[in-house]
Amino acid sequence: MYRYFKTIRLFWSTAFASQLEYQLNFLIELLAMLGTLLGSVFILSLFFTGGRQLGDWTWESALVIQGVYTFLDGLTNALLRPNLTEIVNYVREGTLDYVLLKPIDSQFWLSVKKFSFAGLPEIILGLSIVFWASFQTGYSVSIYSLSVFIISLFFGFVILYSVWFLIAASSIWFVKTWNATEVLRALLAAGRYPISAYPVILRFIFTLVLPVAFLTTFPAKAILGELNLIILFFGLILSSLFFIFSRLFWKFALKHYTSASS
Amino acid sequence: MRIFGLSFKVIKTLLTTQYAYMLEYRIEIALWALSGVLPFIMFSLWSQSDVGNSFGLNDIGLARYFLSAFLVRQFSVVWVVFSFEEDSLSGRLSPYLLQPLHPLFRYVASHLAEQATRLPFALAIAITFFILNPSSFWLPSLPQVFLAYLSTHFAFTIAFLLQSLVAALCFWTEKSSALERLIFVPYLFLSGLLVPLSAFPSNVLKVAMLTPFPYLINFPAKILSGMQVDIFNGFLAQILWISILIPSVNILWKLGVKRYTAMGA
Repeated sequence: MYRYFKTIRLFWSTAFASQLEYQLNFLIELLAMLGTLLGSVFILSLFFTGGRQLGDWTWESALVIQGVYTFLDGLTNALLRPNLTEIVNYVREGTLDYVLLKPIDSQFWLSVKKFSFAGLPEIILGLSIVFWASFQTGYSVSIYSLSVFIISLFFGFVILYSVWFLIAASSIWFVKTWNATEVLRALLAAGRYPISAYPVILRFIFTLVLPVAFLTTFPAKAILGELNLIILFFGLILSSLFFIFSRLFWKFALKHYTSASS
Repeated sequence: MRIFGLSFKVIKTLLTTQYAYMLEYRIEIALWALSGVLPFIMFSLWSQSDVGNSFGLNDIGLARYFLSAFLVRQFSVVWVVFSFEEDSLSGRLSPYLLQPLHPLFRYVASHLAEQATRLPFALAIAITFFILNPSSFWLPSLPQVFLAYLSTHFAFTIAFLLQSLVAALCFWTEKSSALERLIFVPYLFLSGLLVPLSAFPSNVLKVAMLTPFPYLINFPAKILSGMQVDIFNGFLAQILWISILIPSVNILWKLGVKRYTAMGA
């Protein structure tokens, strides 16, 4: 276990050093992020014109969802995108062989090798919105609701990671998976809004098939102290299933892997 | 006959080779078409809320608008920046620059070829949408189809020129795809992909209309879905933007090529 922590520390400090060279990039990312957030909040506000609500969510509580989405998006940009989009290149260039030879779990190595620090401001801003907006609803955050929030957020992230990793792992057969990732990203955008605002069929799909609800709506409910513990338990099962499946799938994919050079 | 200084033969060769090339990537293009689901997600949200009535659209109107927005986007998506950055970093650009053909024409041809490949998938998605929402079915009149087609082409031209401007910055910085994100943000929120612009508060709308973005989705989609729209002023704005952008792209490219030192040189 200690070995894994040490590896992460080494990976990320190298990443930090190399990214210090691209300060302009960092600035552009920051601007794009602020613009995106401003735009999303503006579009969200249109749903509330004339004192309306969105799927029984008030303006302040809908902002909590927006904050959770921003946080997860930041985590995606910092960790998932830089690592999982690289898998395709390893397969194409045959360098996956070197990864497989390393005395460390290959899925772990591929998932944490890089860390994009440009995602950090979004992570911080997302969390700030969550706490500010939940404070605005008049609800005071307790240690209990905070811990349920963290746990449900963790389950959500595991689901997100597993789905993304599954698509990335399929590059062993298809090589180009960039477009499939775009489809996933487009569907995940649905998480910007409360699941209860969607028609019934989509609510079902976003809860059980592609569990977008566990990514944003449920953690937002958790911090507002409204999350049913049964749902939390359900999240535990669902995220475990997704994670186990991603590992089994990776093992299966590796059996079918023939190196690019052979 | 020459179009933009290109002979008919060159145009034909460019288009047919690019089309053949694109046909190899049918699955990816199908997935790409599918990744344009955003208007449908937004439609399902707006149709659940009764806000639609306040900006003058009932459920059927909303369905038609968002399907039109989806179709317009399918035929005006531009990815010059990404191809160009790859070509520039991998050194493929140098031979292109030596040829007596502006490299941008190669990208124009590949975009048009890709649109042709995408047509059946976009139609399949549209048919699926009608099966799920039969009440929203409509057949636009021939003049409507023609005007929507024309304005979508203009929208594509504007988007292409905007991205070419960013792509030209590749001559100065290697990371123009990062800069592209800065154009994408206002495009996403001001083009009408997420909501018909008539829902905007009037002061925001006024500012938005000063940018090229509403003419990229909102204007053609309104024509196609049969909403009330000022056709004359819309086309005027589109042509105005094109005539501003063409010389700007030209100048920036000339400056950039002068500055260009091939990768590895």
